[in-house]
Amino acid sequence: MSAAAEDTVTEAPAVEAVPKRAMTLGTGTSLVILAALLVTPVFVKNFVVFQMTMVMIYGIAVLALNILTGGSGQFSLGQSAFYALGAYTSAVLMENFNVNYALTLPIAGLVSFGAGYLFGKPALRLSGIYLALATFALAVAMPQLLKLHFLEQWTGGVQGLTVMKPDAPFGLPIGQDKWLYYFTLVIALAIYLGSVNLLRSRSGRAFMSIRDNEIAASAMGVDVAQYKTLAFGVSAAITGIAGGLSAIVVAFVAPDSYTINLAIALFLGMVVGGVGWLPGSFVGAAFIIFVPNIAESISKGLSGAVFGVLLFLVIFLVPHGARQVAIVAQQMLGNLRKN
Amino acid sequence: MLATLRTAAISAAVGAFLCTSGPAFAQKKYDTGATDTEIKIGHIVPYSGPASAYGVIGKTEEAYFRMINENGGINGRKIKFISYDDAYSPPKAVEQVRRLVESDEALLVFNALGTPSNTAIQKYLNAKKVPQLFVATGATKWNDPRHFPWTIGWQPSYQSEGRIYAKFLLKEKPDAKVAVLYQNDDFGKDYLKGLKDGLEGKASMIIAEASYEVSEPTIDSHVVKLKASGANVLISITTPKFAAQTIKKAAEIDWKALQIVANVSASVGSVLKPAGFENAQGLLSAAYAKDASDPQWQSDPGMQKFFAFLDKYYPEGDRLNSSVVYGYGAAQTLAKILEMCGDDLTRANIMKQAANLKDFTPDTLLPGVKINTSATDFAPIEQLQMMRFSGEKWDLFGEVISGELSH
Amino acid sequence: MELFTNQVLAGISTGAIYACMALAVVMIYQAIDHLNFAQGEMAMFSTFISWQLMQWGVPYWWAFLITIAVSFAGGILIERLLFKPLAKAPVLTNVAGFIALFAIVNSVAGLIWDFTIKQYPTPFGSSAFLGSQLISTHQAGMIGVTLLMLVGLYLFFQFTRIGLAMRAAAALPESARLVGVNTSWMIALGWGMASAIGAVAGILIAPVVFLEPNMMGGVLVYGFAAAVLGGLTSPLGAVVGGFLVGVFENLAGTYIPGVGNELKLPIALALIITVLVFKPAGLFGRAIVKRV
Repeated sequence: MSAAAEDTVTEAPAVEAVPKRAMTLGTGTSLVILAALLVTPVFVKNFVVFQMTMVMIYGIAVLALNILTGGSGQFSLGQSAFYALGAYTSAVLMENFNVNYALTLPIAGLVSFGAGYLFGKPALRLSGIYLALATFALAVAMPQLLKLHFLEQWTGGVQGLTVMKPDAPFGLPIGQDKWLYYFTLVIALAIYLGSVNLLRSRSGRAFMSIRDNEIAASAMGVDVAQYKTLAFGVSAAITGIAGGLSAIVVAFVAPDSYTINLAIALFLGMVVGGVGWLPGSFVGAAFIIFVPNIAESISKGLSGAVFGVLLFLVIFLVPHGARQVAIVAQQMLGNLRKN
Repeated sequence: MLATLRTAAISAAVGAFLCTSGPAFAQKKYDTGATDTEIKIGHIVPYSGPASAYGVIGKTEEAYFRMINENGGINGRKIKFISYDDAYSPPKAVEQVRRLVESDEALLVFNALGTPSNTAIQKYLNAKKVPQLFVATGATKWNDPRHFPWTIGWQPSYQSEGRIYAKFLLKEKPDAKVAVLYQNDDFGKDYLKGLKDGLEGKASMIIAEASYEVSEPTIDSHVVKLKASGANVLISITTPKFAAQTIKKAAEIDWKALQIVANVSASVGSVLKPAGFENAQGLLSAAYAKDASDPQWQSDPGMQKFFAFLDKYYPEGDRLNSSVVYGYGAAQTLAKILEMCGDDLTRANIMKQAANLKDFTPDTLLPGVKINTSATDFAPIEQLQMMRFSGEKWDLFGEVISGELSH
Repeated sequence: MELFTNQVLAGISTGAIYACMALAVVMIYQAIDHLNFAQGEMAMFSTFISWQLMQWGVPYWWAFLITIAVSFAGGILIERLLFKPLAKAPVLTNVAGFIALFAIVNSVAGLIWDFTIKQYPTPFGSSAFLGSQLISTHQAGMIGVTLLMLVGLYLFFQFTRIGLAMRAAAALPESARLVGVNTSWMIALGWGMASAIGAVAGILIAPVVFLEPNMMGGVLVYGFAAAVLGGLTSPLGAVVGGFLVGVFENLAGTYIPGVGNELKLPIALALIITVLVFKPAGLFGRAIVKRV
């Protein structure tokens, strides 16, 4: 009678699969949304343009988490660490080494990729709750690492770094906010299309087989270790790019900007948007930016409680997130077309 | 024809006369956020998140301006106080301030709290030429009118308080062995710098330093470590919860060091009472404002106005909470500036008046502490008086000292 | 050498705090196979209830008992109302639910009792323990109560029918149902017990860290860490884990030059991750063999 407990993996995997066809929006819907995104900044105030840019940036970060958790089934509560790494890379390069802001983004992505890959290696042996805790530990440690004494001359220590907000290039007559909006939109689109491609490719299928049943995947010849670390690396890279963008758009980085609260917010964004459903990343991002503001306008003293209640409402009504809403909408549209 | 010319000439002359007269007769001039009937004040503070304890400052100020409005407003205009939560997160602070300036069209941003949030919004506000008034943090860098002409602080800077303690030690305990416990953020580090600067050549008096993070549940082990260094003076650069823990632990392990605690944690009700009065005997600190629990201020006219305000407009406010006293003082200072502006409510004039305070004494400041600003001095309050805790209250001693090196 | 002993003892005292919390964490894990982020906030809320009772004149031990009962009932109520409907929802959605609960409890506590710190009494007194200046009688009492709870939990799980039923329900819910265990109520019971243990933890911790709505934030992280280190299936492991984390953190802070002081928490967490890499089930946890 061995002392080890046996756990027969018969029940549903921790992260449920999203059918491949439902992974993105239909072409028609996508084009309509894209058109709206292109045109809206002309009609709204700069402040709203700024908010929309932030939604896109957080959307990119949630998308990265979706690839990691929804795609390869690895929990992560530590995305804020890679986000911070990307943000600081951009800020340090811009402020201390005068690198052009657009060039800092690929570098931020590379640095974060490296960090993600390196973290993914020892994390291989952890799964589920243990992995969540390890990533949680990473997120909690990040602000303290950023405050380290001997890094202060580059990072600005607790005071952080202010960054020069860039103007539109070639003297184009659009404001900084609008320029950064379109700049972010292009990057978000590129990353979105790239991610959809990734998940539909062989690597994507490898991720998903690992998510659904790691042991079976391994038995079938999938190099589990390689793909798991790759998933971490890719997810970290995308998060790092999002971080770099945020450094440019907010024009300031500080350890207090990247606390565990950010990691938790990104996680909530993923759940609300629908785990594994890439378009939902942006819905989730909108949730985490706008719902706290709504909660605050309802009650300043109880803003946290109102937020919690709204969150509960969402997860009671649509436990599978925005994806559920999209499916229902699709069904209704289908019924309408039939009649 | 001649008649119209003459009228025009007279109007021009009258107009010229009005323009060159004092503020009371100036033409009405407004920037976005000010009208004949209303002045919009923008404000951010953490109402949620780790620093939510400071949310009461916002509530106090909102109540103060309600009181002003009920008494006729300022120069006939009502104050619209728009306050948002920044959750002590710099990106959120940027978002909220942009909302205040671009969406709500506030005239100025008042008393934003925390160095990270204020650093995040400083460049933006200065670029947009919107006053960043009476920043609610003691970081020394807010006194920089040359580079940031739209940003002005309010409370004594942490460095100046550190310098005052250093000077006290040099004078009263020149061979002290000093241990420093400080919070690992801008507050703690700025203080430490002031301390070391103030000790000048004798910074070696500090024989042990320990920093802690706000996320640590208790700093007891740091206190144990510092005691082991053999120090006989402990400088506690801590926020209220940790200050109380330090006082309690030091007493528990029977560490008979002279303890100096930072002003932010000197509150009798919020810190010393929970820590235990018997443990806090002989504690030193410095103050610029009156402590509402101190019996000597009970019949002080300024404090009576403060108590009356609380009773009528903010009854749930805890008068023993130094943040409430703080909010009242800051709001009163803003009200004074707005009054001084008269009918010229341009942002430029607001900064001009903010830089023009001469010996202004809000109700809640200690006697002898006065607010003075000038075009080169953007640090309104620079003076503190040291005090010693004895029995159940603070005893002020010595003179009101300025913490600035140059003044 | 003296500094070393001092730090070890100080570490044991802080470790007692972590151990207490870790017990509650293990308790909930036994019941629902997940970590409840809102555990700390529920413990804080319970402590506030007991404080409020004492403010109204109720004597300490009565307040203690009433609070335990209220927390137990409250835990069950929260589970029935908020998490039973989510039983069929994905795991991650449940985690989002925990986060929402955290936000609600913290915010409500802040509104009712505001954010200034409050003194919390201890039944053990605060004088030096056995003449040692490093552990106060309260901290010794805290260690004692934690050990008592540990023994109680062990006896409960090993020797009572309900304890056995709970373990079965958590480990193999379908098989447990087949033998007549009402798994749904086992979960509710687990929540109630975890809530009660959390309340005890909060009541023990508050005299040291001072009572305020944010008091459990830092403690919860350490509690998780300690529970994971010790093995999420083992209450003994949780307690040992708590003490180990406390001691290690202090020693790291004292002896690792330069960064030791600034990186206390990350170092403690790094330790745990290292242990997990070699012993994924924790020090005392039973290795789980997965079969497909």
